[in-house]
Amino acid sequence: MNVFILSWSYQKSKPLHTGLNIVLLGLGIAVITIILLLNDQLEKKIEDNSRGIDLVVGAKGSPLQLILCNIFHIDFPTGNIKLQEAEKLAGNRLVKWAIPMALGDSYMGYRIVGSTKNYVDHYGGELAEGFWWQNDLEVCVGAAVAERLQLQVGSSFHSMHGLTLESSEHEGHGYVVKGILKRSNTVLDQLILTNVQSIWQVHDHDSARQVDGPASRLIPGLHSGDSTKEITSLLIKYQNPIAAIQLPRFINTQTPLQAASPAFETARLFSILGIGAELMMGFAYVIIIISALSIFIALYNSLKERKYDLAIMRSMGASKTSLVTTVLLEGLSLTFFGTVFGLVLGHIALLLFTVFVADAKQMELTSSVFIAEEWLILAASLLLGLLCSVLPSWQAYRTDIHKILAGNG
Amino acid sequence: MISTSGLTYAYNEKILAFPDLKIESGNHLLLLGESGSGKTTLLHLLGGLLRSQKGSIKVANTDVQNLTQSELDSFRGRHIGFIFQKNHLISALTVFQNLMLAPFLSHQPQNPNWIEQLLEKLSIAEKRNSQIKELSHGQAQRVAIARALMNKPQILLADEPTSALDDTNCNRVIDLLLEVASWNQSSLVIATHDQRLKNRFQNQILL
Repeated sequence: MNVFILSWSYQKSKPLHTGLNIVLLGLGIAVITIILLLNDQLEKKIEDNSRGIDLVVGAKGSPLQLILCNIFHIDFPTGNIKLQEAEKLAGNRLVKWAIPMALGDSYMGYRIVGSTKNYVDHYGGELAEGFWWQNDLEVCVGAAVAERLQLQVGSSFHSMHGLTLESSEHEGHGYVVKGILKRSNTVLDQLILTNVQSIWQVHDHDSARQVDGPASRLIPGLHSGDSTKEITSLLIKYQNPIAAIQLPRFINTQTPLQAASPAFETARLFSILGIGAELMMGFAYVIIIISALSIFIALYNSLKERKYDLAIMRSMGASKTSLVTTVLLEGLSLTFFGTVFGLVLGHIALLLFTVFVADAKQMELTSSVFIAEEWLILAASLLLGLLCSVLPSWQAYRTDIHKILAGNG
Repeated sequence: MISTSGLTYAYNEKILAFPDLKIESGNHLLLLGESGSGKTTLLHLLGGLLRSQKGSIKVANTDVQNLTQSELDSFRGRHIGFIFQKNHLISALTVFQNLMLAPFLSHQPQNPNWIEQLLEKLSIAEKRNSQIKELSHGQAQRVAIARALMNKPQILLADEPTSALDDTNCNRVIDLLLEVASWNQSSLVIATHDQRLKNRFQNQILL
């Protein structure tokens, strides 16, 4: 016999009560766990993907859309900008580097990005097999794309307009896979990469037409000065801190373009999403408070029924403090089991979410990470359990054994 | 084994004064009295469940008055076994666990062999792993008696052990209590209003 068997036996003798309390607390903890895990991963993903990019310049429209489209590749382009304008901007003394982006097409839901090798280098992308694209209509595919779509070096496919599976197919121009990227845990994993010219060619721009002029600052192998050519956006790195103040204002007021800061827009996005997360959190806290109340009531009532047990234990030599310990342990073990159940439930729910929800799959969310906050959840709920059992254990402490055992207690 | 002198206890205005007691080791005592006479109070005072305001109680060569509360708790666990009118077994535990509880709570060595012997002697060995609610009243009382004997106490205090029983069972229980007391040379003190016990004990005090 020990104190654990004793408190477990009491809990086992009321399986419904114990079960309800554990499930109730577990549900609340599970919701919090899911939110924390999602938040943690989303924040990390967003940080990883927008790192080093100070500004996105594109057509006028929603700045948030500009960021979602050009950095995270989960929204549609705001429109096109003239390559000429982009060239001019790329030559600005406040710009350290600029990467052109030509978007709009996809294959089986994965976006095709027309850009330069600089874009891959920025995210530290490396080849797992094959070669980098060199000619028009050659692509390199991200690790996740290759895996999901079973693409290999030498595979070919036709792109589709837009981002959805139901979009119309571009006929005539087929892409050929030249290389497959290593997994980088960035947005690259989800992309099909090619050069800008390929995008033009598929869209039947007269790409064969070459205009004389100085070499393009942005796109290798191209001469600048063609007023008909368009791209979707520019990713820009500032030359110096002054650029952060001057450049966005210059672009937004002096040019037909729009500049959006990833840091600012993602913060704004989080504050919008945050309302939903906070609502869910609040809901979880309500469940947890109710479960704490339920644990308290269960302990309080059971102690009333158990006053003879407590008195008899004292008559057998138990000290007041050891009865208090027993009651505290009962509250603590209830919350402990509830919390562990909740943490496991949270991870399982997230696992199901990542397995069955396509978007979660594409975002590469995982349920098999453990974050420091989970220890915090455990510690906080144990504290809650302690709090719930303080009053019942005080009740146990001041049990008047003489009165109870004499039959008038 | 037990001696008291000048013992009184006050319930608000009502003051109970008890005659001086002297019980030698292995001797027994019957405390007879109607309800309200203070026999349970005296029993609880002797067992350290209640502390008196006045007088001295010496149990097993220890001046009970001088013990702190936690010393008294552990003293009670080691030297005194209680048997109540109701069995007060802990229904969340099995028979075996109920018995194990006594040495656990009083920090004595837990000896499963002793439990087997006790259950054997009280002929309830087959109920070892039963739940309390599966026991008959007689079996439950035997378990309660076994529990009182777990720490081999020098003193057994029984409060109305027979008042709810018919004549046959009354005699059986008294026989059993006298028998178990003799195993361990324990002193048995019974507080009761049950007149049937009168001719079973030599030492009697009427309260």
